[in-house]
Amino acid sequence: MADEIHSNIHTDAHDASNVTNPEHAQHHIVTPLQYCLVYATLLVGTAITVLAAYKDMGWANPVIALFIACFKACIVILFFMHAKYQSKLIKMTIGTGFFLFIVLISMTMTDYISRAWGAW
Amino acid sequence: MDNAIVDTHDVGHEHHVSLPQHRHHFETAEQQREAGSFGMWLFLLTEIMFFGGMFFAYLLYRNWYYPAFAAASNQLNVPMGAANTAILITSGFFMALGVWAAEMRKRKFLVWMLVLTTVFGCAFIGVKYFEYKEKYELHHIPGNNFSVAMFVNPQSYPQYPDTYSEKPLAPDMAQKTQIFFFLYFAMTGMHAVHMIIGIVLLFWLTWRAYRGDFSSGYVAPIENFGLYWHFVDIVWLFLFPLLYLINRHPLH
Repeated sequence: MADEIHSNIHTDAHDASNVTNPEHAQHHIVTPLQYCLVYATLLVGTAITVLAAYKDMGWANPVIALFIACFKACIVILFFMHAKYQSKLIKMTIGTGFFLFIVLISMTMTDYISRAWGAW
Repeated sequence: MDNAIVDTHDVGHEHHVSLPQHRHHFETAEQQREAGSFGMWLFLLTEIMFFGGMFFAYLLYRNWYYPAFAAASNQLNVPMGAANTAILITSGFFMALGVWAAEMRKRKFLVWMLVLTTVFGCAFIGVKYFEYKEKYELHHIPGNNFSVAMFVNPQSYPQYPDTYSEKPLAPDMAQKTQIFFFLYFAMTGMHAVHMIIGIVLLFWLTWRAYRGDFSSGYVAPIENFGLYWHFVDIVWLFLFPLLYLINRHPLH
C-alpha cells in the first residue's frame, strides 16, 4: 500500500520517533485541490438544478432535480466524507444503510400503491 | 490491507508510544480511529432513517394532494433557498478543509476553517429566519391562524408572481396546503435544529482547536464532526429540490 503511506510525509510537525503517525497507517488525506474541485462541482450542480427547475420538462423536472441531488450527495459522501478512502468495513456500513433505507421505502411504497389497486 | 486489526500484528507497536487520547482497549491509534468512524457512520444511518421517514411522508402526501402541494411549494422563495444551498455547501467546504488542516497539524489554519464553517452555518440560519418570518406574515404556519387566502384567491397577491399565475384552488384542496407547510416546517425545522446543534459543537471544537488539541495527530473529533456536518449538508441537498423546485411546472 505504498501509495497510501502519506500520513507523515506532508506534515512539518516534529515527530522523530514516528509516534502519532506511524508509517503503517494507511490513512489517506484528501488534498485541498480535490476539495476545491468537489466544491466547484457542487456549486455548478446547484446552478443547473435551479435553472432546470424553471424549464418546463413535464414529468422529467422532478427526475432531473432528484438525479442532480443524488449526484451531489454521492460526491459529498465520497470526497468530503472520505468514503472513497475508507476501509471495507466503513464502505459496507454506508452501503448497508442506504440499502436498508431503499428497502423501507419500497416496502411502504408497495403497500401504498397496492391499497387501491386500479382505482387511480 | 483494509482492516486495522491486521495491522496490529505486523507493526511491532511496542516501539510506538501512544497518543494521550489512545484508549487502552484499542491496539493501535489507527484501530481506535476506525472504530470511531464506524460508530459515527452508524449514528448517521439512524439519522438517514429519521429524515427518511419525513421525506417519505412528503412523497405520499404530495401524491395525495398534488395541486395543494404544487401551489404551496411555488410560494417558497427559490432565490433564498438557492442562496442557502450555496451557503451550506461553502460551510461544508470549509469544514472539509478543516479536517485537512487537522491532519496536517496546522493549528491556526484549522481554527480559521472552523470559524468560517461556523460563520456560514449561522448565515444559513439567518436566511432561514427571514424565510420563516415571511411565512409567519402570510399566515402560512399551520394552526389556528393559518390562512388559505393566497391559494383560493391568488390574484390578490401580485407581489408573488409564481402564485399569481396559479389557478385558484378549491377551498377544500386549499386546506391541504396546511399539510405541505406542516411538512415544510417539520423538515426544514429538524434540519435547522441539526444545524444549531452543529454550531454549538463548532464553538466547542474551535475552542479546543485553539488550545491545540487537534494539531498533534489527534484528528478524530474534527473528522467525526465533519461527517455530521456533511450529513446535514446532504439532507439540505435533497430538501431544496423537493420542497422548492420540483413543483414549478406541475402536471395538469
